[in-house]
Amino acid sequence: MVTKDLESSVPASALKPMRARRFDVLILLWLALAAILAFLVINPLARLLLASLESPDTGAYTLANYVAAYGRPRHLQALWNSMLLGAGVTALCLAFAVPIAWAVSRTNMPAKNLVRLLVMGAFVTPPYLGAVGWILLAGPNSGWINRVWQMLTGASEGVFNIYSFPGLALIIALYSFPYLFIFTTAALDVVSSEMEDAANILGAGTLKTTFKVTLPLVLPAILGGAIVTFLEAIALFGSPALIAIPARFNVVTTQLLQFFSVPVRAEVAAAYALPLLLITVALYWLQQRLVRRKGFVTMTGKGGERRLIELGLGRWLLLGYALIVLSLSVVLPYLVLAQAAFSKAWGRGFSLDNLTLGNFTFLMFEHFTARQSIINSFAYAAAAACLAITLALGIAYIVQRRLVPFAGVLSFLAMAPFVVPGIVLAIAFYAAYAPPPFALYGTATILILAFTTRFLPIGFANASAAMRSINPELEEAVRIQGGGRLASIRYVVAPMMKRSLIGAWLLVFIPATRELSTAMFLYGPDTRPMSVMLLDLSEEGNFERLAALGFMLLAATLLIVVGASLLLGRDFMMRRNAT
Amino acid sequence: MSKLVLRNLGMTYGSVKAVEGVNLTLIPGEFVSLLGPSGCGKTTTLRMIAGFMKPTAGTIELDGTVISSPEATVPPERRRMSMIFQSYAIWPNMTVGENVAFGLKLRKLAAGEISRRLGQILDVVKLEALKDRYPSELSGGQQQRVALARAMVIEPEVLLLDEPLSNLDANLREEMRSEIRRLHDEFHITTVYVTHDQSEAMAVSDRIAVMNKGRIEQVDAPYTLYARPRTRFVAGFIGRTNFIEGRREGGELRFDGFGIDARRLDGLPANMATAVLSVRPQTLRLRKSPLGETADAVQVSGSIVERSFLGEHWDYVFQPASGALRIKVATQPGEVFETGANVWLSIDPAQMVVIS
Repeated sequence: MVTKDLESSVPASALKPMRARRFDVLILLWLALAAILAFLVINPLARLLLASLESPDTGAYTLANYVAAYGRPRHLQALWNSMLLGAGVTALCLAFAVPIAWAVSRTNMPAKNLVRLLVMGAFVTPPYLGAVGWILLAGPNSGWINRVWQMLTGASEGVFNIYSFPGLALIIALYSFPYLFIFTTAALDVVSSEMEDAANILGAGTLKTTFKVTLPLVLPAILGGAIVTFLEAIALFGSPALIAIPARFNVVTTQLLQFFSVPVRAEVAAAYALPLLLITVALYWLQQRLVRRKGFVTMTGKGGERRLIELGLGRWLLLGYALIVLSLSVVLPYLVLAQAAFSKAWGRGFSLDNLTLGNFTFLMFEHFTARQSIINSFAYAAAAACLAITLALGIAYIVQRRLVPFAGVLSFLAMAPFVVPGIVLAIAFYAAYAPPPFALYGTATILILAFTTRFLPIGFANASAAMRSINPELEEAVRIQGGGRLASIRYVVAPMMKRSLIGAWLLVFIPATRELSTAMFLYGPDTRPMSVMLLDLSEEGNFERLAALGFMLLAATLLIVVGASLLLGRDFMMRRNAT
Repeated sequence: MSKLVLRNLGMTYGSVKAVEGVNLTLIPGEFVSLLGPSGCGKTTTLRMIAGFMKPTAGTIELDGTVISSPEATVPPERRRMSMIFQSYAIWPNMTVGENVAFGLKLRKLAAGEISRRLGQILDVVKLEALKDRYPSELSGGQQQRVALARAMVIEPEVLLLDEPLSNLDANLREEMRSEIRRLHDEFHITTVYVTHDQSEAMAVSDRIAVMNKGRIEQVDAPYTLYARPRTRFVAGFIGRTNFIEGRREGGELRFDGFGIDARRLDGLPANMATAVLSVRPQTLRLRKSPLGETADAVQVSGSIVERSFLGEHWDYVFQPASGALRIKVATQPGEVFETGANVWLSIDPAQMVVIS
């Protein structure tokens, strides 16, 4: 009989004694995380502010740095150029992203998977690599497009010079529009067909419904996406460095680079960077307000039944448009990059005797820093991803479970780097950790820590989402059964979050492998990452080797993305919460 | 000796008193329910017993040892309790067998002993065939059984259940609640059961603590609670009832339309001018003609003002001829009266309860 057996009761001796505790050990974890975040976020930003207000020689408070930063018309011109660039890029992105997003989400346009795949291709392409591709395509005389134009028309001048303001705006937009695409499709995906049916039944046609009902419903999401696009554009460093500097105009980020060339005037750079930071903070605040306004009922959850809009010939027109945009963004640049990477001289075109693997072997075995830079990039990215995910997990655990008072402070600090442009973060880290006592300038440590900080918000957003999906009762069940908090993490939380954490790790790892702006002011001779290496090669004008290096970066990224998509589901990078 | 004692227990969030002055004592092997509407503090009380929350006032004692007080609490994993959650909280990454054996592994039992106990408990809850399944492959009722087995197998000092049946459909709910009672009768584990469903609480409990606005209104055996509610809230929450207000006039308690000799009403405070009484619709009778004065019934003349037929019984609303009172009466399906018909209501004063 069962009852009798159970009288020989389960020994409780293996459990810890029933001793009452005054403090929750989580307070210690909170303190540790707060200290780390103070080191990674608060201190650099505080040092940035202080540096901008200090005389580098005497340490006295002064506004001289601001005068130096803004006292010259060409410095102001650079700021104005950035604003114009941001506006131009945003307009182009709207023109690219919104029609394609609408077509993919709401209509019966054919080949949607191909379009999504190519948008994802654009999303994972480092903008500076796209810029290199476009230099090969639209360099003033030798670019492929211009050569074909001259051949066809007999003109002596090319049709499009990439080394120009419109050129820069175009190549930035071609790699930024996926953000807007993701924002817009996410919003369109939850608009109920019933909303459109209601307009139809009252006599509105498809076009009228789209413009009067559907698009206004997703307008806050589109505006939010547009703001993010604007901010991405003005914070970008690589493409302007490749295009604007040869074209002899400056934007904020290239101007900052000049403050950092010998003699380094970090304090002026700090003063010059602060307004950029303020603009970013203000616009992100605006974006949050736009997206959070709950006036749009359809945005709050499932949209009910959805049906696709039947387009006739129009669907082929839309597909054509999407493919043109994506050819400019992905197909053509990849084609010319691949050609250059395997060429002895890219200008000699596609011919067998021009084929070579020499560029790759040179980079791997002969060039004195190229191979090291590849190793550096992947090693730093992996280290930063591990750090960021570990931190993010700890913070998400405390914040989501509300176990400790003031947990919200941690989530605020973890998200704060999101609004700091990479180049500003680099200056802040420089100001905080280049001087003694840390003296970390040029070390792997400072690069890894800066990457960790830069991508911590991505890790945190993903870790929180994953944590939210775990019912706290699952952990409580472990504890009431006699397991401590560590046991609940080891046996339940960690196994359940494994998949989403791998996804989050990749979402930090991938951008960290190509991060340029944060690395720009922090690397040293032995710690140069691939992204900086690419920029250096472009200054040497050696586009074959540059393309080969970019080719390796892309190939590695694609392998990782494809592998992860098979493992974690096709859309793991493009989910709304990932951005 | 008492097993679990809540002494003056309180929980305050900011200025909101979620639980206040709760006193409750369980003897070993007793099954007590905390019953009340949502927001009454029953789940908060349970979570304080489990150690997931620290009280802001009072203490909790287990076998005479204080395990919770505002100063210090024993964490849940050291309380030797067990709990069944509203969501069941079956770990989706473990099989049925791994879920149930988890607590035994934490107690570092030998492998053979674990599999013996696992086999026993799975046999008791009829899950042996599903041992290697994952929770996502189980029905709601089977998940519930896994939760039960997992909680019982470690032979906890106290078993806590938090609305365990609220996610099941009606048929399964009835089956599982007898299962819970059956397991209790078999293992005699001291149990605290939280629910907002009065029939559930009445079916499984030795005693029920009715909670309202963070306080315990009354603790009694189910029948006592039904027959002798002490507060208006308890009378209204457990079953349906009529509240009628009377005024003392001489030796009689005078209601709107009739009167009853005060000596026939138990527990009527002598010095009180007015009193509220609860009388259950099922204890009232309707007749076409008066019975004549008897020892156990008061006859009131009046008429039917509303009626509705609910299949298993009639619901009538009776109004006395000389008053405006509306009294709900429940009768057998065969006792049919038309709306407007003149009838006699017979009330047994022994079934009337004075509400404090």
